[in-house]
Amino acid sequence: MAKLEDIDPRVLVIKKRLKVVSEIIPVMSSKGGVGKTVIATTIALLLARKGVCVGLLDLDITNPSTHIVLGINPASIVPEEEKGVIPPRVHGIEYMTIAFYSKDNPLPLRGTEVDEAIKEILAITRWGRLDYLIIDTPPGLSDPVLDVLSYMDKISPVIVTTPSPLSLKSVERLLFMLTEAGITPKGLIENIANKPSERIIEITKKYNIQYLGNIPYIENLDIIITDPERLVKSDFAKKVDSIVSKLVEANK
Amino acid sequence: MHEWALAEAIIDYVSKVLRERNAVKVKRLVLRIGKLQTIDKEILVFALNNLAKEYDISIDEIIMRDEEITLKCRKCLTQWTLSPSQLPEDIREAIHFVPEVVHSFTKCPKCGSRDFDIVSGRGLSIESIEVV
Repeated sequence: MAKLEDIDPRVLVIKKRLKVVSEIIPVMSSKGGVGKTVIATTIALLLARKGVCVGLLDLDITNPSTHIVLGINPASIVPEEEKGVIPPRVHGIEYMTIAFYSKDNPLPLRGTEVDEAIKEILAITRWGRLDYLIIDTPPGLSDPVLDVLSYMDKISPVIVTTPSPLSLKSVERLLFMLTEAGITPKGLIENIANKPSERIIEITKKYNIQYLGNIPYIENLDIIITDPERLVKSDFAKKVDSIVSKLVEANK
Repeated sequence: MHEWALAEAIIDYVSKVLRERNAVKVKRLVLRIGKLQTIDKEILVFALNNLAKEYDISIDEIIMRDEEITLKCRKCLTQWTLSPSQLPEDIREAIHFVPEVVHSFTKCPKCGSRDFDIVSGRGLSIESIEVV
């Protein structure tokens, strides 16, 4: 048993802060550039439109970008204080990002500092009762991913990959690690893929997880990516919406 | 009143210690208050006492020790300190919530690097707890 002096008091309070959340969905991929941020934010936007209580947490501490997809300037928002911090409501989503505090300036941090910042944010953020908390995680298998695995009790990750051979190895590594940790992902999304690819389907079978669907390459996505109103009406969102239906369906 | 959130973390920890050591009360709780986080000690003590009452925990004595800020550059090894009181209020406030964002607003005074460690004075931590 760990000595009590070794325990960070914040870790105890984090579990309490997350008790009000029915389901935590970290959107994960060990590979960068596969579309985690846009997918995570679009899932949150679509759930909010369905009247579901949803939160969005950006854990990409040194490079947060969900606010860009939400079309807001985080430097202009000061989260309300009430025995902690109340996540501001943005497009019907309870939203928290370190960008509120870094004011969108560069934030170069070493690993232990990333861990410190994450612990602080999780300890002070007081979410309301949420059906889903969507978490945008950075690529790689470092502090943010390890923190999600260590400090959160029940998580149902959604894995994002592309059909690229570079992504395949990454997705396998991540699935191996999650399986080893006894975590069952909600499923896998294949992004920037005009049709489901056999190799990816094979991987989902191997790890016994749901293939949630493929999202084709969408030509004008960059034009609408910062405008939530247009984004939720796009072909991209239609694809994500069919995936969201599967995510919600699984909980009925 | 983000001090409440920190106080809650401390009290959760204290109740765990009491449980695990089969103790009935806290004789002395020593907290280290790193100056970077500009914690309002009055609010913190008020929150600790209120939460202790709520949890039915008795704490005889709370001691707070200030910890000076030491920053150390990883590039040129310069050590320096910082006066939060001299920072603009909105930045001081941001650092109050998440001390690591100091990297967004401060650089090494000698070489200008933002790659530095917060060696001491980050924020709130428990130095020791005595239970009976």
